Amino acid sequence: MSKWTIELDRGTCIGTGMCTATAPDHFRLEGGTSTPVNETVDEDEAVVDAAESCPMEAILVRSADGTVLAPQV
Amino acid sequence: MEIRSYPFTELDDLELHPAYLELQRDEPVARVRLPFGGDGWLATRYEDVKTVLADPRFSRAAVMEPGADVPRTLPTMPTESNILSMDPPDHTRLRRLVAKAFTARRTEQLRERAQEIVDGLLDEMEAQGPPADLVEALAMPLPITIICEMLGVPYEDRGKFRAWSEAAVAITAFTPEEIIAANESLRAYIGGLVERKRAEPADDMLSVLVAAHDNEDRLSTQELESFGVALLVAGHETTANQIGNFVYQLLRNPDRLGELRADPSLVPAAIEELLRITPLGGSAGFPRIATAEVELSGVTIKPGDAVFVNNVAANRDPSVFENPNELDFHREHNPHIMFGHGAHHCIGAPLARMELQVAIGTLLKRFPLLRLDGDVTFKKGRLIRGPQALSVRW
Ligand code: HEM
Ligand code: HEM
Repeated sequence: MSKWTIELDRGTCIGTGMCTATAPDHFRLEGGTSTPVNETVDEDEAVVDAAESCPMEAILVRSADGTVLAPQV
Repeated sequence: MEIRSYPFTELDDLELHPAYLELQRDEPVARVRLPFGGDGWLATRYEDVKTVLADPRFSRAAVMEPGADVPRTLPTMPTESNILSMDPPDHTRLRRLVAKAFTARRTEQLRERAQEIVDGLLDEMEAQGPPADLVEALAMPLPITIICEMLGVPYEDRGKFRAWSEAAVAITAFTPEEIIAANESLRAYIGGLVERKRAEPADDMLSVLVAAHDNEDRLSTQELESFGVALLVAGHETTANQIGNFVYQLLRNPDRLGELRADPSLVPAAIEELLRITPLGGSAGFPRIATAEVELSGVTIKPGDAVFVNNVAANRDPSVFENPNELDFHREHNPHIMFGHGAHHCIGAPLARMELQVAIGTLLKRFPLLRLDGDVTFKKGRLIRGPQALSVRW
């Protein structure tokens, strides 16, 4: 299984809790903003869901070769 | 432990019932008895409320299980599920279908259109001369126009759906039969529009949902219709009432109003602060059901227990907000949860913020002498509080 990476723009994040509720295994809130539990993860559609659901589009998911998987703009 | 009757009595104006802040201090997770369905918990502290709203150990969908009899204000249990009564991953599937259209970035692209609508409405108000009712002149038509354009609902139908929507967000202002009938009418109305979009797709959100249903089987007919209703109702009742509530509070607070007039760059911060402090919900709302044992402020919540939260009490938690009962446009950090938290965080939050900024900012700029014209009466027996009418002069 190939690995994905998660980037989170903490300056843009407003801490809605959308991603932590959508993909609780992958995100946690720290001091009001979200942080990925691990920046490199096994493929998991929940991470894409979280990135697509973020109202600030603060989460970027990339495949192993660097292609942006989510969010679609 | 004392069991309190809940919801607390409805107050006039925009007061927050004092019991909330007493409980927050003395009994942060209190036992409450609802008119129907028995007892539940009420959480009032910021951290606890956020836990209940976002922790996957609390379920909304459990309320919809067959035979469920949860504590509530209405005699009947809801029979139709909607986005608010779903849990991830079902909830995520539905929400993702429209999430793109509601991002902060996409919403910003609507600002110009919102400005144009507000300018037109205020031109009309000015031309007719004082006094004017701001609810009809501005607060209602702005969010209705915007959500109609986004969804693809004809604005000419507003007379119909406004009446249904009024009843759909009532508790005691209408009979339970009227409330159910209004929800049915809304469903049938959206169902009719769905048929039209199917025949003639357009560049709007209902067409997107119809395509997701027809071509990709990503949602059921019931989900499609109830989502359309939820977006239409939530898209205008909330913002419309908040425009009225915010203008009312500003006009009664000359110091804050003066500050805002002197420095219009404060408008976004002022809107956040008004969001934080204004009690919008007038009732209990629907509870979350614990699916596992959870500890909240030292109280053990058992699986199956129903927990209510109060966002406005949380927004006045002194451990998070300094001088929490004061309206202060200069807070450096304002992490209020007026739009909720977690999976159900308001999908319309960026839109509501933008509409409120444009409406209030423009109103203050154009009418430097704006003032209330007589007493203001607030609606009663509704889920959402707001002025019946807001007569102003300038
Ligand atoms: C000032 C205005 C508004 C306020 C204070 C507000 C507040 C809220 C709150 C507190 C929730 C979460 C409810 C819960 O967790 O039980 C919510 C959800 C929701 N809001 Fe808003 N809202 C506003 C405006 C809007 C607008 C303009 C729309 C436009 C479409 C909208 C659509 C929705 C929808 C669809 C949900 C359900 C989301 C879900 O369950 O995933 N709201 N809102
Ligand atoms: C058409 C779909 C909807 C139906 C049938 C519906 C129905 C209800 C019912 C029955 C309650 C609880 C009444 C009580 O026990 O006090 C409630 C609470 C509430 N709903 Fe909805 N609702 C719908 C959509 C929405 C949406 C999408 C929003 C988001 C903005 C919303 C905002 C609220 C608020 C603010 C409360 C009161 C919470 C409080 O008092 O703090 N409703 N709704």
